[in-house]
Amino acid sequence: MSQDLTTFVYLVASVCFIMALRGLSHPKTSLQGNMFGMVGMTLAILATIASPIVTSYVGIIVAIAVGGTAGAVIARTIDMTALPQLVAAFHSLVGLAAVLVAGSAFYAPEAYNIGVPGDIKTASLIEMAIGAGIGAITFTGSILAFGKLQGLITGKPVVFPGQHLFNAALGVAIVLLVVLFAVSQPQWAFWAIVVIALALGVLLIIPIGGADMPVIVSMLNSYSGWAAAGVGFTLGNNLLIITGALVGSSGAILSYIMCKGMNRSFFNVILGGFGGEAGAGSADTGDKSVNSGSAEDASFILANAGSVIIVPGYGLAVGQAQQAVREMADMLKGMGVNVRYAIHPVAGRMPGHMNVLLAEANVPYDEVLEMEEINRDFQQTDVAFVIGANDITNPAAEDDPQSPIYGMPVLKVDDAKTVLFVKRSLSPGYAGIDNPLFYRDNTMMLFGDAKQMTESIVKALEDQ
Amino acid sequence: MADSAQEMQSTAERLRDLADQLSTTANALAAQAGDLPARAGDAARQASESGGHNFMFGLTVFILAIFVGYHVVWRVTPALHSPLMAVTNAVSSVIIVGALLAAGPAGFDLSKGFGLAAVVLASVNIFGGFIVTQRMLSMFKKK
Repeated sequence: MSQDLTTFVYLVASVCFIMALRGLSHPKTSLQGNMFGMVGMTLAILATIASPIVTSYVGIIVAIAVGGTAGAVIARTIDMTALPQLVAAFHSLVGLAAVLVAGSAFYAPEAYNIGVPGDIKTASLIEMAIGAGIGAITFTGSILAFGKLQGLITGKPVVFPGQHLFNAALGVAIVLLVVLFAVSQPQWAFWAIVVIALALGVLLIIPIGGADMPVIVSMLNSYSGWAAAGVGFTLGNNLLIITGALVGSSGAILSYIMCKGMNRSFFNVILGGFGGEAGAGSADTGDKSVNSGSAEDASFILANAGSVIIVPGYGLAVGQAQQAVREMADMLKGMGVNVRYAIHPVAGRMPGHMNVLLAEANVPYDEVLEMEEINRDFQQTDVAFVIGANDITNPAAEDDPQSPIYGMPVLKVDDAKTVLFVKRSLSPGYAGIDNPLFYRDNTMMLFGDAKQMTESIVKALEDQ
Repeated sequence: MADSAQEMQSTAERLRDLADQLSTTANALAAQAGDLPARAGDAARQASESGGHNFMFGLTVFILAIFVGYHVVWRVTPALHSPLMAVTNAVSSVIIVGALLAAGPAGFDLSKGFGLAAVVLASVNIFGGFIVTQRMLSMFKKK
């Protein structure tokens, strides 16, 4: 295949990837978009295999078969609740692949026309080092994020004195090594960059608490794109540059949306440590009284309501309660109750997490509304049914300037006539902040496991 | 007669010297001419080694692609943010292109080993990423 033809096929593949993202602007066109993505990837792989430099095929075919089978099996069997950690794990693979490709460009630069070993073009050396560095940070950072999401590592922020100074020193060391590498290209400098970047990946993610994970997973998504673009610059390959830029900007936008959903700056999230200590100014919780009710009480209130808004949070995913919630909603709809769902941008552990879980439980997507679309409707709603969520409903974010989450946009569930709050106990959310909602007269706490409680409500509704 | 014969001989010798000089010059010229393509090659290699043009070209594409990404991604509906992450993850595995070039040559060395390992990793992601996206998207249904 001639060079021009290969380049042209790469261009077509790039356009396919843009179409893949474009398709996601609506659920109706999304499957078609995904098809575009697959076509683009197939074209890119075939065009590369057909290029003259590729002469031995057996190894490649075996490698694709092994990796592809593993990927397909994992993707088909994974639980939708485990989606965030799956995505984190996948990001780590892109990071490692970027390190390996940069490494092979360093050891066999002839294959990419960037010089000979020991005499590689300066620009290529810098690009190679950057690609490998970002790749290495993505690799260990994503593994750590995976560990936190899977519960293998504590979800609490791990902080030690001088942490930020130490990280900054490592960052400076990487920059110096990149300069040294570009000047005299010693082999050890390449691996030193990789090793320090691997360490930095761990150190950057370790101080970040579990509930900040939506930002982190998006950020790592972004990094995996920048790593691909860095490798694209090294190889002078526009397909990699374009795709890397698309993925990089996508992840960056998601991080921005998540930060805005928590009213925090990206920098503040990255520095970490949030949710480590209990929030100040919330110590006087001991003597407040709480209305608690049973599943029967809840079913009575729900059945007599005209409209209900269900507010799911991460607890829904942990308790696998999505199916039970949908059954409850179906029964209520059968009784003529108007049921809708309200999704906060940072509910769950990754962007759009709740939407996927509800879709899995066959909740139609037009009943699921974003915060801005539905927040004003709570005033005309009879019952807000909060399940597995806490901080995203906390009115302190609006009226208590002392609160650590002051300024964060929240779902105004307290505007509803009655709030039903399914929760294991009165323990505060991840931010360590007490929720004044628990003690309001129009709130009824339903203590128990999200799934069991919802199932009991369904039973009680059946008996009515 | 003897004088004129001697004169002729010296003239002939001078002519031969001239011819010799000419041929040396011609040879030198020819040699230089032969060098030209090689020198042009050197100049071109130096130009590309400075990386100036290639890098600026790549940077142009890069910046424009960021703008395309920015506008396309802001149009993605928030409900599909999880599939967006899964599909961008699959798509970023296009790094397999670099891995295939490394794994392509015959024989076996370190660089080829790296390439093959990267092909395996990227393949996990490509198949896994697209399939899980497909699974997610096919769950989104209207009333």
